[in-house]
Amino acid sequence: MFKYLKQLTSLVAMVAVLFTFTTETMAAKKSKTLKNTQKKGFVRCGVSQGLPGFSNADAAGNWTGIDVDVCRAVAAAVLGDANKVKFTPLSAKERFTALTSGEIDILSRNTTWTLSRDADIGLTFVGVNFYDGQGFMVRKSSGITSTSQFKDGISACTNIGTTTELNMRDFFNSKGISYEPVAFEKADEVVAAYDAGRCDTYTTDKSGLAAQRTKMSNPDDHIVLPETVSKEPLGPVVRQGDSVWEDIVRWSLNAMIEAEEYGITSANADSMKTSDNPAVKRLVGAEGELGAAFGLDNEWSLRIIKQVGNYGESYKRNIADTGILPDRGPNELWTKGGILYVPPAR
Amino acid sequence: MNFKLQKIVPQLITVLAVVLVFGFFSYNAQVNMENRGIDFGYGFLSQESSFDVQFSLIEYDGSHSYFRAYLVGLLNTILVSVIGIIIATILGIIVGVARLSPNYLINKFAAFYVEFFRNIPLLLQIFFWYFAALRALPLPQDADAMFGVFFLTIKGLYVPAFVWENFNVFFYSIVAAIIAIVVIRIHARKVQETQGKQLPVLWISLGLIFILPLLSFLIGGVSLSFEIPKLKQLAATSYKYEGGLNLPPELIALTLSLALYTATFIAECVRAGIQGVGKGQKEAAASIGLNPNQVLKLVVMPQALRIIIPPTTNQYLNLTKNSSLAAAIAYPDLVLVFAGTALMQTGKAIEIVSITMLTYLSLSISISILMNWYNKKIAIKEK
Repeated sequence: MFKYLKQLTSLVAMVAVLFTFTTETMAAKKSKTLKNTQKKGFVRCGVSQGLPGFSNADAAGNWTGIDVDVCRAVAAAVLGDANKVKFTPLSAKERFTALTSGEIDILSRNTTWTLSRDADIGLTFVGVNFYDGQGFMVRKSSGITSTSQFKDGISACTNIGTTTELNMRDFFNSKGISYEPVAFEKADEVVAAYDAGRCDTYTTDKSGLAAQRTKMSNPDDHIVLPETVSKEPLGPVVRQGDSVWEDIVRWSLNAMIEAEEYGITSANADSMKTSDNPAVKRLVGAEGELGAAFGLDNEWSLRIIKQVGNYGESYKRNIADTGILPDRGPNELWTKGGILYVPPAR
Repeated sequence: MNFKLQKIVPQLITVLAVVLVFGFFSYNAQVNMENRGIDFGYGFLSQESSFDVQFSLIEYDGSHSYFRAYLVGLLNTILVSVIGIIIATILGIIVGVARLSPNYLINKFAAFYVEFFRNIPLLLQIFFWYFAALRALPLPQDADAMFGVFFLTIKGLYVPAFVWENFNVFFYSIVAAIIAIVVIRIHARKVQETQGKQLPVLWISLGLIFILPLLSFLIGGVSLSFEIPKLKQLAATSYKYEGGLNLPPELIALTLSLALYTATFIAECVRAGIQGVGKGQKEAAASIGLNPNQVLKLVVMPQALRIIIPPTTNQYLNLTKNSSLAAAIAYPDLVLVFAGTALMQTGKAIEIVSITMLTYLSLSISISILMNWYNKKIAIKEK
């Protein structure tokens, strides 16, 4: 029996070596996450439990939103099909544990990039797909039009486990106003409690306020106050320690933004292959070897643009056309007065 | 020799397996945490927490430490458990006795209550009491005063706060009354055992607990006034009450649902306990001339309690553990404050979850020890 065992082992080893050489590039060998993703055939993506415009599932279970599109872009780049994504809805409390424990490979869940999160808990933020800031919502009938009209004893509904809770304290302390924080685990309960009148104000990221307002029993009864009390750059997160995977996610997002900058859309991407601009040709895979650096073929970015669209298309489809935030504000390209600026893909 | 070995080997293997499994998990956690650059340690407990909590029994705000936040959560958990256990016990005894009532209406009503509340998941009941009550309660400005001083509103139940003067004198008077009652009870027992006379212990006790504190008011310089909640306008349509004491709706909804749910199980324990006492015991007690009150107090209850206490202990433990569902409706208990916000802000998942688990374990074991002690006290003492 032992005789055969030895032969069997060497055979297995040979097959394994052969398999490695034929199917894997150097980068893929270095990236455990990329290898696992290609083996499984889908990208494991953590999203919110339902935030219109960012990540929201319809009645048939189809996910849409700009956070969802980041994961779809990665799937298009890595697997060739933007639909090969498995979405895991996560509460604010669960999200980082799900990522660090390896349950998901990308966390694209309107997550604020902060120093302590980036440095402390085994996470790496790869970029910003939405520049946001914390705001306050109040009932129109209250007559409040500015946070300067807040008075001592105001009760504020919010979520636990978010930067919102900390910003809220900073804000009220700096104004010297005493307040009653009412913090729920899930966003739906926050909305229900505020809607019922439990709280005088509802505070979270302004995009979130705009999105949740559409869920109120009567959206027109509520207004979002003009003040922004914090910086909330939201973006996708990956596990620390897999730099190839980190690069793939970062550049999938960057490719979408750069495609908008060069006017490449899902409709005209194929025809752009004959463009005169080398930067455009690189982005649609007609020039250079950009994909090889992270173990992908040369058309990775073309697939993203064709299947998901550029950043502007994604924004329009998910956030502008749904009436959440028609005005792009800071999330406009740097060439058009916004602050969206990504390093060049070359 | 061989026989001894046969007995020891399986035990050794079991111990080894347990040690290996635990070793594997802790090693695995260590390696993974190292790979991902996560530090392990409890140093964060002394850091500033920088988040506020809605409702706290001790002084707390974001400038205190995470450990203080832990204490806030723990005390809130204990508060809701203790109130819940008291209400559930009283309600459970009433319903349990009512189920044995010969009165058809009372009997069926109690049965309906038990079947209805124990067969609906607790989380749903908590949501129901919270959101249904929130929708049904008036806004602060529309609330009618109950007895002129209580205001039940969507922002909570506002009650007058006690403003004490010389509270310590009042406190000592109560302590003195309790000591006096204990002494009298011991004396009364002795009198009964030696002379067969029964002293009116209940009346004397009631008198003491009433008269001593009253004396502290009359001659001890204690005075009590009430601070009545007053309506305050925050904005055109938003109001709140100021002054007095506010019981937040989260606390009320959670206590109510926990008590109503657990009371059904306690009621069944009580019913089982009373029915478990043989009919002959009651008849024998009646035949030696005890009145119905004495039959219940001296013969039935001491025996029934032995059956009632152990399963009721389980229900107390369940109620305490179920209080962790508080997180769903924003009641700042241990799970919401510590295993929720603090965990998210620090990212110390293993540390915080292990502390939280140990805390619930200690709470449950404390309740068990207390109830076991009581159970032993009332158990039959064979001579």
